Amino acid sequence: MAVKVMIPTPLRAYAEKRDHVEVAAKTVGEALNSLIARHGELRRHLYQEDGRLRSFVNVYLNDEDIRYLQKEATPVKDGDTVSLVPSIAGGISTRLRWES
Amino acid sequence: MRLRLTAQVRDAIRAHGARGYPHEVCGALLGRDAESEGVGALREVTAVVPLENRRDDSPRNRFSVTPEDVLRAERAARDQRLELVGWYHTHPDHPARPSEFDREHAWPWYSYVILGVAASEPGEMTSWRLADDRSGYAAESIEEA
Ligand SMILES: [Zn+2]
Repeated sequence: MAVKVMIPTPLRAYAEKRDHVEVAAKTVGEALNSLIARHGELRRHLYQEDGRLRSFVNVYLNDEDIRYLQKEATPVKDGDTVSLVPSIAGGISTRLRWES
Repeated sequence: MRLRLTAQVRDAIRAHGARGYPHEVCGALLGRDAESEGVGALREVTAVVPLENRRDDSPRNRFSVTPEDVLRAERAARDQRLELVGWYHTHPDHPARPSEFDREHAWPWYSYVILGVAASEPGEMTSWRLADDRSGYAAESIEEA
């Protein structure tokens, strides 16, 4: 099924400057995997070393945050749009841990 | 890499930093990126969107911007025919250098402007870009326009 994956500005340099790609997928996770398979340099910016999505990478299926759906197992259908939306964080010390 | 900030932008960041002290404040940088327009390596910031720091648990040493705020900043940029090119935040009573925490949470490509604020007085302003392999930051020279 054809799904559109929207790529945020800061990552377009790693995706041949595209703002989206069309992939075939049955779940959000599959769509993201297809994106990474095509543009491997995106992986380190989207995923932690343990394979989980980074805390500041937000994934929306159409207008809904997948955290409130079935996360990466959320099913997608033809014509859906998966969007990667940044959140921004920073801070002074490293003493406190970031809770995602 | 060079980042040009107008006097108005520099003043707005300093004023926001002083107003928010002793808390960290943050905002979006709107402008033009010559590289994405294919005409050189200069990036120019002509407007800012001051944002609310969403961290109410530790606002003195943390800031966060929700995805909704990011989308709002992108819309503000589009409305002004500009691009969202980066973010600024303050380091109250700390040097204007990115922390390890900053690096872990940074996106590539964006310019990260940091303003040191000492005892409510705005101080040094620096700008940084994350390395492609996320290993560190490169300093970006700030030009005054
Ligand atoms: Zn910082």
